[in-house]
Amino acid sequence: MPQQTEQWREMLINWLIKISGYSAIVFVTLIFFFLIRESLPGFSPETFSRLAGSRWYPIEQYYGLAPLIAGSIMVTLGAALVAIPLGLGTAIFIAEIAPRWVREILKPLVEILAGLPSVVLGFLGILSLSPWVRETMNLPTGLTAFSGSLLLGMTSLPTIVSVAEDALDAVPRSYRDASLALGATELQTIFLVTLPAARSGVFTAVMLGLGRAIGETIMVMMVTGNAAMIPNSLFSPVRTMTATIAAEMGEVAKGSEHYHVLFLIGLTLFVISLLVNLTASSVIMRQQKRAERVLS
Amino acid sequence: MNKSVFARQLTQKIGYGLLTLLTLLTVLPILYIIGRILLQGAPAALSWEFLFTFPRDGMKAGGIWPAIVGTIYLTLGTALFSVPLGLGAAIYLSEYAPNNRWTRLIRLAIINLAGIPSVVYGLFGLGLFVLFLKLGVSILAGSLTLSIMTLPVIISTAEEALRAVPQAFRVVSISLGATKWQTIRRIVLPQALPGILTGVILGLERAAGETAPILFTAASFFLPRLPGSPLDATMALPYHLFVISTQVPGMPLRIQFGTALVLLVFVLSMNLAATVIRSRARAARQW
Repeated sequence: MPQQTEQWREMLINWLIKISGYSAIVFVTLIFFFLIRESLPGFSPETFSRLAGSRWYPIEQYYGLAPLIAGSIMVTLGAALVAIPLGLGTAIFIAEIAPRWVREILKPLVEILAGLPSVVLGFLGILSLSPWVRETMNLPTGLTAFSGSLLLGMTSLPTIVSVAEDALDAVPRSYRDASLALGATELQTIFLVTLPAARSGVFTAVMLGLGRAIGETIMVMMVTGNAAMIPNSLFSPVRTMTATIAAEMGEVAKGSEHYHVLFLIGLTLFVISLLVNLTASSVIMRQQKRAERVLS
Repeated sequence: MNKSVFARQLTQKIGYGLLTLLTLLTVLPILYIIGRILLQGAPAALSWEFLFTFPRDGMKAGGIWPAIVGTIYLTLGTALFSVPLGLGAAIYLSEYAPNNRWTRLIRLAIINLAGIPSVVYGLFGLGLFVLFLKLGVSILAGSLTLSIMTLPVIISTAEEALRAVPQAFRVVSISLGATKWQTIRRIVLPQALPGILTGVILGLERAAGETAPILFTAASFFLPRLPGSPLDATMALPYHLFVISTQVPGMPLRIQFGTALVLLVFVLSMNLAATVIRSRARAARQW
């Protein structure tokens, strides 16, 4: 009965498709579950008080998270200072100013940046950026939060540029025409009309870009100097949460306190990325709903 | 607002100048990076010995053959898992999913998967594949970890490609008596193929260049021979570059730049392939 086997086959395939459809939910849950499973149950009450300390020195059981969190925050803020002006400037240039042929060159270039492996950036960071930073700033070492911020800013640029450019593109032509017709210059139109109209998309772009920056690992580990101390300036070496996991997980004994603490740092990063992405996507969704209302 | 016309024109000029400057500051470093690696990497990478022999003298001489092979294995392994799963999920979202709470939850999960830091994927892979499923530090564990990481890229680009196929194609096929799956397989998928391929390549490009997820799941510092089975650890280009630029003192620049160039060519040729497929498909499209 070929007819019946055919029906069975179709049913089976439909099921497989449905299962793969739900796989994303399964994976997010699994990741969350494993991060918890490998961290919290292994904790003794003392571990929690150790986490609150201000020193990270695992060999002597100092697991203070403060220096790592401070390191992550510092390089991420530094990256924001680099990436927000450059990213938004580039997005505005591509969407509003550049003639078509320039756009056709710029967009693939930004895509190439998105595809550059972060280890390549880290390699050049060690080789040319950090000696330059050391010499121009007259520092003992060029491997600092500052160098990390510069490169990290670069890695978050592609996200910021492409999301912000999409947002600017989505602003109706008529807004610009109306503004120009009222006598505004093109620059005034960009900053007083187009950019405010695209603000939620621009906000999402910045959030997603910085979300990427917090999670960046290998490059940060290579260029920030890896000193787990609370940094006193942008020009001192730091150690981020991501770099700590990458640097120490390889040498740690499974099931040790150190191992569980590293998983806790991973859990923290997971929760941060969850919050960043939920905020970013809720802004998009609200925006879409408003657009639907306006259009209907 | 009672500035003279001249002042307004001046601000306009200055503003445009600033925006152009910001764009140059974004673009020039990209050109610098690529140019520098091309120029300094080419002398090392353009040699038979460098590409096809093993490292010697504590990595300070010889080639990077096992790292190239390892990256190819990991990329293919990643494709093996992430392509069917990602394509299935994309088909579900574009052709089957009702517009309800669960579908929104799936979308939210995909967005979140895309945002999880790569080192957290590494931790997860260590916890689930290496330790819990006892796969050990292996190509298999690394590929599985990388495929979950690439899943969101593949799903979202493939879904977009499927959605771009006009609804009329489906309606005609179903009205001729084809089942839903026949319609998808014979009509929708072939039409969406270039878009899907672009997404797959972009996803794999990311996987090929990542270091953090394979750090504790697949990568090995040095191996005297090529991996013999999926359960063996492997060398890989990004990890190799990381090792020789941070862990080995006195490493010759030639080899570092050569490795960076090979990795760059590996990744950028995938990028180029994706771009070519996309633009060709756009030109050939009949709808």
